[in-house]
Amino acid sequence: MNTMDRRGFLKVAGVGGALLLTYPGSGALAAAAGAGKGFSFVQFADTHVGYANPPVNPDASASLQKGVDWVNAMTPQPDFVVFTGDLTHTTDDPQERRRRLTEFKRIAGGLKPKAVYFLPGEHDAGLDWGEAYKEILGKTHYMFQHKGVHFLVIDNVSDPAASVGEAQLAWIAAELARIPKADPLVVLTHRPLFDLYPEWDWATKDADKVLALLEPHTNVTVLYGHIHQEHHHQSGHIGQHAGMSTAYLLPAPGSVPKKAPVPWDAAAPYKGMGLRIVQDDVAKPTPEFTEKPLAGM
Amino acid sequence: MRRPTVSGCAAALPRLTLLAALAVWLLSVSALPVPAQAQAGGEEAGVQVIRVTAEKFEFKPEKIVLTKGKPVVLELISLDRVHGFRCPGLGIRVDVAPNKVTRVPLTPDKAGSFPFVCDVFCGDGHDEMSGVIEVKE
Ligand SMILES: [Cu+2]
Ligand SMILES: [Fe+2]
Repeated sequence: MNTMDRRGFLKVAGVGGALLLTYPGSGALAAAAGAGKGFSFVQFADTHVGYANPPVNPDASASLQKGVDWVNAMTPQPDFVVFTGDLTHTTDDPQERRRRLTEFKRIAGGLKPKAVYFLPGEHDAGLDWGEAYKEILGKTHYMFQHKGVHFLVIDNVSDPAASVGEAQLAWIAAELARIPKADPLVVLTHRPLFDLYPEWDWATKDADKVLALLEPHTNVTVLYGHIHQEHHHQSGHIGQHAGMSTAYLLPAPGSVPKKAPVPWDAAAPYKGMGLRIVQDDVAKPTPEFTEKPLAGM
Repeated sequence: MRRPTVSGCAAALPRLTLLAALAVWLLSVSALPVPAQAQAGGEEAGVQVIRVTAEKFEFKPEKIVLTKGKPVVLELISLDRVHGFRCPGLGIRVDVAPNKVTRVPLTPDKAGSFPFVCDVFCGDGHDEMSGVIEVKE
């Protein structure tokens, strides 16, 4: 399917591989005056440009390009696109790291929606505290607003030990202090903000401190990547949702003795890879998701 | 990147010291009731010491066999750069640095299989840098 009108979207949202989620506990809705200002955006996760491992995925750039082409054919177009880290696959060579980040930027630059937001994964930023990333893509944590919804971008990877850190926590606290508690807030980050499966390093060390800062806000949704599969978790009233990677699938947490990419299946190319469409509205407490497999594109 | 330490240091040591250390090591592991290849280190005041090395991108040994209720000391050292050692099931989380032995006293109070992982991002291959502590009854 190459184009997608609104009816198409709603239809897709009801069938296999897709998931629509709503959550209770919204309480009073902020900014009800903003009703009717619904919009959509796309989340890419773990695009791993530079990853080339034929038994798993011979060319991660080509998979990303496939996703980009599909987004470019969407009707209507999403308002913007977010990439939640591991844009590139890691390398010890600082020059090669810059080359991969630049290659990623070139491919992402081919997106029709011109508002594109990035954040780093440990593969991009964990070996040099985000130095190359900042040179090529800019800030690793920041905030933006769209049609009444607040987006908070958190960096939990520039520290190779996967902490957000006291400095950024103080920044988050200051930013959140400016936002009415009932306003819809979407957090974008790379690692889960909870102990999903620390045995596989699927955690953020000081996630509890971040959650404590988010706690007073009544309409919070966390979108992240890192685990290369769809996953949904509630931390109290805060929903945390991992999206599929475009590069490779990882096994379900703890399902195999050793974490390793799931091999490419010639009978089912792109199995487990995909992206996510998010339907958001300032008048709704939480967004709705459609997980879009690359295989169908 | 520094590529220092254990091998470099060992090369600088007098040969005799090395031989003596090897002899002590052989004696200590042969006296242990566990598979020798998985356990190295020694024994101090009746407490078994298990040496675990970390380097890109593996732990050695990858499988550590312990006995429930029997105290041991894990001695962790890196052969290249900083790694992490996290074993959530047994509540262990330490940095593993080069040029420094990190000692973790441990008396497992339950039997089972407890995976551990490097939790300090160390490069390509970090994602597969892991192992397991098996605790027997
Ligand atoms: Cu490591
Ligand atoms: Fe990743």
